[in-house]
Amino acid sequence: MSNSVADTSTASSVTKKRDLNLKKRYAAERRFRAMGIGAIAIGLFFLAALLFTVVSKGYTAFWQTSIALEITFDEGVIDSAKKRVEDPNILLMANYPRLARNALQSQLGLEKPTKPILKQLDGMISNGVRVQLREMLLSDPTLMGKTQKVWVLAEANIDSAFKGQIDLSVAEKNRKVSDAQIGWIDDLNSKGLIAQKFNTGLFFNGASSRPEMAGMGAAIIGSFYMMLIVLIQALPIGVAASVYLEEFAPKNRWTDLIEVNINNLAAVPSIVYGLLGLALFINIAHLPRSASLVGGLVLTLITLPTIIIATRAALRAVPPSIRSAALGVGASKMQMVSHHVLPLAAPGILTGTIIGLAQALGETAPLLLIGMVAFVADFPLTPLDPATALPVQIFMWANEAERAFVERTSGAIIVLLMFLAVMNIAAIILRKRFERRW
Amino acid sequence: MNTNIKQAEIDISDQYEKMRGEKVNVSYGDKQALFDVDVSIAANKVTALIGPSGCGKSTFLRCLNRMNDTIDICKVTGTITLDNEDIYAPSVDVVELRARVGMVFQKPNPFPKSIFENVAYGPRIHGLANSKADLEEMVVTSLQKAGLFSEVKDRMNEPGTGLSGGQQQRLCIARAIAVQPDVILMDEPCSALDPIATATIETLIDELREKYTIVIVTHSMQQAARVSQNTAFFHLGELVEFGTTDQIFTAPIDQRTQNYITGRIG
Ligand SMILES: Nc1ncnc2c1ncn2[C@@H]1O[C@H](COP(=O)(O)OP(=O)(O)OP(=O)(O)O)[C@@H](O)[C@H]1O
Ligand SMILES: [Mg+2]
Repeated sequence: MSNSVADTSTASSVTKKRDLNLKKRYAAERRFRAMGIGAIAIGLFFLAALLFTVVSKGYTAFWQTSIALEITFDEGVIDSAKKRVEDPNILLMANYPRLARNALQSQLGLEKPTKPILKQLDGMISNGVRVQLREMLLSDPTLMGKTQKVWVLAEANIDSAFKGQIDLSVAEKNRKVSDAQIGWIDDLNSKGLIAQKFNTGLFFNGASSRPEMAGMGAAIIGSFYMMLIVLIQALPIGVAASVYLEEFAPKNRWTDLIEVNINNLAAVPSIVYGLLGLALFINIAHLPRSASLVGGLVLTLITLPTIIIATRAALRAVPPSIRSAALGVGASKMQMVSHHVLPLAAPGILTGTIIGLAQALGETAPLLLIGMVAFVADFPLTPLDPATALPVQIFMWANEAERAFVERTSGAIIVLLMFLAVMNIAAIILRKRFERRW
Repeated sequence: MNTNIKQAEIDISDQYEKMRGEKVNVSYGDKQALFDVDVSIAANKVTALIGPSGCGKSTFLRCLNRMNDTIDICKVTGTITLDNEDIYAPSVDVVELRARVGMVFQKPNPFPKSIFENVAYGPRIHGLANSKADLEEMVVTSLQKAGLFSEVKDRMNEPGTGLSGGQQQRLCIARAIAVQPDVILMDEPCSALDPIATATIETLIDELREKYTIVIVTHSMQQAARVSQNTAFFHLGELVEFGTTDQIFTAPIDQRTQNYITGRIG
């Protein structure tokens, strides 16, 4: 009895004495946690900084200043000799900006303006008014001689001034907007004749040297063609290559070599692919420069290794027991792959493909080399027409000096980021949808 | 040692020989896993393969339906016959062979599809069913033979992976039966199961024996004794002793067999 009591007391004193190093272990854990949180905080800070600068600079690009004008389609200005029936060119060549200037002049109540004043009046209105009014008249010839209220784009500097982006304390000769123009803006504003409207042109217009008319329409279409070309080429080729390597090819030195090479290809700087594309597709195959077809081919080469690596990982993640099960009931290898392995790997393949596409969408350098930095004002109707791409458009706008292009550059970056976000969300949704939870 | 095997063969000579392995040698790369194995598999009997871990039981089993073909480094020599035809002959199609020699694996591995699809898959790819009703009937009979039907008849469209381990294993047996094979190979089919599920499957094996020839790998001496009629004892890649289960368990000839079944090696 007494013996056993003594035993327990020694046992408990031993337990007390045991030092399991707990303090140190917990301290290490806390340190590690703090470091992890710190790392995430740094990442979030830079992400927030990036988004803040881009959005704060770029959100104004989605609005564009327009001026309401009572335009009179004055026959005396458009076709004073009344020859338009014989010569349709007259309607094409007519001085439409003069109509706009006249309208603005009478709206501001300026009588007998001097030449410099006229010039400043011209400077209020975007040159895009020429096309706008011409299209109106051509589609409805009965407008001739009539007066109609038309919203026309303001010139880029007027737009900047109206948005409050121009520093008015600077001496008049050192800024792009004159005091008279500021006065007119205020005058129009008080009459409700100047306003910011949603900038559809940003999405639908082609390239233009006038910022207020410049849009990324051609770039969006070019990027769309290229994504399509990449998708229809890289996905089947990538999946076929991965399935062969993973399921059919013998494991020997050759397949090892191929594997190493594919992994290395994924790390090759994309500009090298641009050089390859230039040499192969343009100089040898004589495909047209600046075409989205060539861009798509180059981007396919860049995307392939990504898709192959992702697909192989997805195939490898399919449990071998599924393969044995299929073979065990007498499925051929092809049936095993198409009935069981590929469906199970599909979510992973899909994610890899979308990530590859997103990577291709943001690729700039190789496209510069194959001439996609072209000034493309017209929409590319086919992938063989000259086009540019979204990131290239951003690059080109970033090189422009005018203040209004800065805003557009950021606006285009926002659009590109949105496309990327949409693609990534699509990847997540598709993966969730196809993922087998059983 | 050779004489032992000879003697054992005499014991089963009255049984129709469904499959036969002669001088089977298997190596994985440089490592030889089986040495000159001679085994005779009697029709409508359960043949148990026993032996310590790593002695080559699974290797031999996989030779019988050429699942070893899927392992790149695996080389098989010797002859293995099914109904006196060499299954490694160039004229033999593996797909057809595997339709005749089905397999149930150690870990239940149902397809991540519905219970119905799991069983219907084999008949479908082999074109065994003429109509949808035909296929449905095949699925039902297979599930009945596997003793699973009453448990799953209301949930045929639920995933096979949602069943319990024992049910999954019986689903895999149903999947193997559905192809209407002659031989069913089972590699430790009960190793992941509790005693009750094990008992269910053992009863099932005994019933299946009437229609099929069964080869089973097991680590449980009791299981071998309960379900099998013939037993082969492997040790370090050699077939040490082969005979009727009664003889192996009551009067083993080789000392190593004796030691193994009494628990002294393994
Ligand atoms: N895929 C493989 N690659 C290389 N060696 C293998 C492979 N499969 C089996 N072996 C080797 O072959 C020998 C026999 O293996 P096998 O799996 O047939 O043993 P086993 O008797 O089934 O053992 P267990 O009872 O543990 O399942 C072992 O030495 C093993 O290491
Ligand atoms: Mg084994």
